[in-house]
Amino acid sequence: MHPIISQIEKEFINKEIPEFKPGDTVRLSLLVKEGDKERIQNYEGVVIARKSGSSRETFTVRRISFGIGVERTFFVYSPVIQKIAVLRRGRVRRAKLFYLRELGEKKARIKELRNDNKEPKASAVAESKTETAE
Amino acid sequence: MLTGLLGKKIGMTQIFTETGEVIPVTVIEVGPGYVVQKKNVETDGYEAVQLGFCLKRTGNHVKQNLPIKGHLKKAGLESLPISHFKEFRTGLDVQLEVGQKITCDFFKEGEKVDVTGVIKGRGFAGGVKRHGWAGQPMSHGSMMHRRPGGTGASATPSRIIKGKALPGHYGNTNMTVQSLVIRKVDIDRNLILVEGAIPGSTTGIVEVKKAVKSKKK
Repeated sequence: MHPIISQIEKEFINKEIPEFKPGDTVRLSLLVKEGDKERIQNYEGVVIARKSGSSRETFTVRRISFGIGVERTFFVYSPVIQKIAVLRRGRVRRAKLFYLRELGEKKARIKELRNDNKEPKASAVAESKTETAE
Repeated sequence: MLTGLLGKKIGMTQIFTETGEVIPVTVIEVGPGYVVQKKNVETDGYEAVQLGFCLKRTGNHVKQNLPIKGHLKKAGLESLPISHFKEFRTGLDVQLEVGQKITCDFFKEGEKVDVTGVIKGRGFAGGVKRHGWAGQPMSHGSMMHRRPGGTGASATPSRIIKGKALPGHYGNTNMTVQSLVIRKVDIDRNLILVEGAIPGSTTGIVEVKKAVKSKKK
């Protein structure tokens, strides 16, 4: 890649992003614009993929909403994302968890990663009282 | 008025708007251009300026032959590694002096530009690639695949109509993409970011002109 291109892309990497991997459960605070009003909408689910790099990096979050699987893909450095809170670290053996799509709700559960050094911060879990949009 | 500048295609990337939209952009290193010569109606029969550009990767080491060195010396630009020249037609009201430097802030954000470049050469290409034909079935016993098929009628007119699309040389020709929106101008690095793709490979030399069809001047 041309050095100028990577320079331009680095300018968009201007946010602190917590470390998260496929298998982790995250809650995103998204900025939604309705007319001239702005509000925060939360979206919670399992990260099933991270793709590409630099400022072009995306991740896909899957959740079961009213019995129907919903997947949304976001840019990691998108200005729409106000906050990424990691709720739970998952123990998975794959980088892309597309196999979850074929599994039922019970089988698609992911075991929590047991590693005391890499436990998510308790503060992220404590904030779970805010509304969760479907 | 001056209409454009030469530039070098750096490559493509994407940028975010404040509202979170993603815009695919091409990065072009534009200029700076130096006025080498002015042409006018009396001596040349038309009004134009000739601009020189330093677009070689090697920076300060550019081979210039003696005629070019002499030409640059006349304009007082012999110390610059000018590698490319381009003439732009101007009106009578042009206010440019020989030796003047024109940077990329000649373009403004939100303005529209036309970009001309040499598209990638494809050599001798078949009709499917060259003209976008659909081709014929790949299977079910078909042996037609990507052939040209029929080229015309029979005894009347007993010849192929001129301009019939057939396989042949494709690419390595000039092409212009019109009305691309400038999303960002970076004066420090001499860059402009235009929305969408432009012709040619990266490091290709392109001509960036103010859009012909733009309503906004």
